[in-house]
Amino acid sequence: MLRVKNLQVFYGMIHALRSVSVHVKEKEIVALIGGNGAGKTTLLTAVSGLVRTTSGEVLLDGGDVTKEKADRIVRRGIAHVPEGRHVFKPLSVEDNLLLGAYHRFTWRTASVIRGEIEEIYTLFPVLGERRKQPAGTLSGGEQQMLVIGRALLSHPKVLLLDEPSMGLAPKVIREIFEHVARLRADRGMTILLVEQNARAALSIADRGYVLETGRIVLQGSSEELLANRDVQRAYLGREA
Amino acid sequence: MSSNRGKGSAAGLAAFAAIIAAAPFLLPDYYQSVLIVAGLFAILSMGLNLLMGYAGQISLGHAAFYGLSAYASGILTTTFHWPVPAGIAAGVVLSGVTAALIGIPTLKLKGHYLAMGTLGFGVIVYIVFNEAVGLTAGPSGLTGIPRLSAFGKTFSTDREYYFVVWGTAFVLFVLARNLVRSRMGRALRAIHTSESAASVLGIDVARYKAFVFVLSAVYAGIAGALYAHFVTFVSPGSFSFHASIQIVTMVVLGGMASLWGAVAGAVFLTVLPEWLRAIEDYDILVYGAILVLTMRFLPGGLAEGAERARGTLVSAFRRKSPASAAAASGAEGRKP
Repeated sequence: MLRVKNLQVFYGMIHALRSVSVHVKEKEIVALIGGNGAGKTTLLTAVSGLVRTTSGEVLLDGGDVTKEKADRIVRRGIAHVPEGRHVFKPLSVEDNLLLGAYHRFTWRTASVIRGEIEEIYTLFPVLGERRKQPAGTLSGGEQQMLVIGRALLSHPKVLLLDEPSMGLAPKVIREIFEHVARLRADRGMTILLVEQNARAALSIADRGYVLETGRIVLQGSSEELLANRDVQRAYLGREA
Repeated sequence: MSSNRGKGSAAGLAAFAAIIAAAPFLLPDYYQSVLIVAGLFAILSMGLNLLMGYAGQISLGHAAFYGLSAYASGILTTTFHWPVPAGIAAGVVLSGVTAALIGIPTLKLKGHYLAMGTLGFGVIVYIVFNEAVGLTAGPSGLTGIPRLSAFGKTFSTDREYYFVVWGTAFVLFVLARNLVRSRMGRALRAIHTSESAASVLGIDVARYKAFVFVLSAVYAGIAGALYAHFVTFVSPGSFSFHASIQIVTMVVLGGMASLWGAVAGAVFLTVLPEWLRAIEDYDILVYGAILVLTMRFLPGGLAEGAERARGTLVSAFRRKSPASAAAASGAEGRKP
């Protein structure tokens, strides 16, 4: 469904992505793991159009979206949940969700979208309880649920999740990952997941890629990666 | 959020209209001209608040758009004998088109750089007003601008003009209020918080920034043209950097991202110097002190002050009658 071919990204003189190729099949959860500065976030921002690519291709359902602007790419069906959550803090939870459906909001679709927002409230009941509250008053875990819900309202074919576990308590991380796994199980969502927390990510993913200094150094099924000695030593905190 | 209180704000609008209608009959005649100026500043600060308070973009050159329209309408009606409404329309269009031309390159800048860019633009326009003597009559100012006349009626008294200005301000207020509550308003506030998050939701950030910049320039243009045909004289001094700062002060003092705040800030800062005139030489000192104290204790501006006062009143009321308080909080469905 999503295919990234030989993608190169430069930040000035810095070669951030060196010919990276990644693909995600329909209804698959793919994890992208690696240390700080490996290029994980860069890859997602390049796919969603927030940074310009130097060369390479991003294909969605076979259609080229490489040179499209970010706000067009959402309409093509790629929803990016950026790192650090980026909720619109002064806006209410409900307004945040409405913004998720921004590109298809007209007076005719308004009632349909209201219905979908109610669905998000059944998915994440805590958001429903706090619908009128400014999003900035939510806890980190609740904000993470909000940005995921917001992204779902854009009707994506592929969901890009960047570090959903960042800064959250272990219990909350488990909860968020359960939700992510359920998105695929219940809604058939296709997900590309970027994580520092390799164990949590691989536990729900089908396959994974390991990124180091802008290169894919390893790829395979989640089981293979979890069993790999290098991965264990570098990312799972286990002495081999 | 305050903007979500649908019913309350309809009542607020009605009260606003009633105050506008009643004010000239309750206040001494002298205040009518003060309130006309306050109304012009209210239009200016509403426009700037859409840009600054809602979309989070700063402009330190807003007096330029105010002045461009004032001069354009003044010159067209005086030197070229256009009818006044046509002059006003041309002035507003000029402000809007200039904003579009300036905005497209300038809005790529952020924060301090955008402030510098718009400041530079304001200074350039001010110099043009001074130096293009053939067109603008230079520093001595353009005189003999006709009063507003439309539909065979000339608005020659202050009271008539008061209703023109505040009627316009009211219409522009309602427009701005509807805008900030719409899908577009949500998009603008989203841009304010995070441009990248806004764009991954499908918001064309560059287009929206340009749009709101043009819109705020149009508001400034309307105020400028109305100014020219009220004072019947324009000179560069009214559109200097100082004027730009004054409008920014009104927005900040009134309360960012609050249209009521913009109106309150404009009225307050126009009327305040009139009151301070009694203490003559010390008025600037007191004026400065009031600004500093307000920002120290009400960083959210007058709008925040009103909100807090309302909160205090409501809680005082609830303490007196616990039964109704319980009912009220239950009805709102808030969690404790």
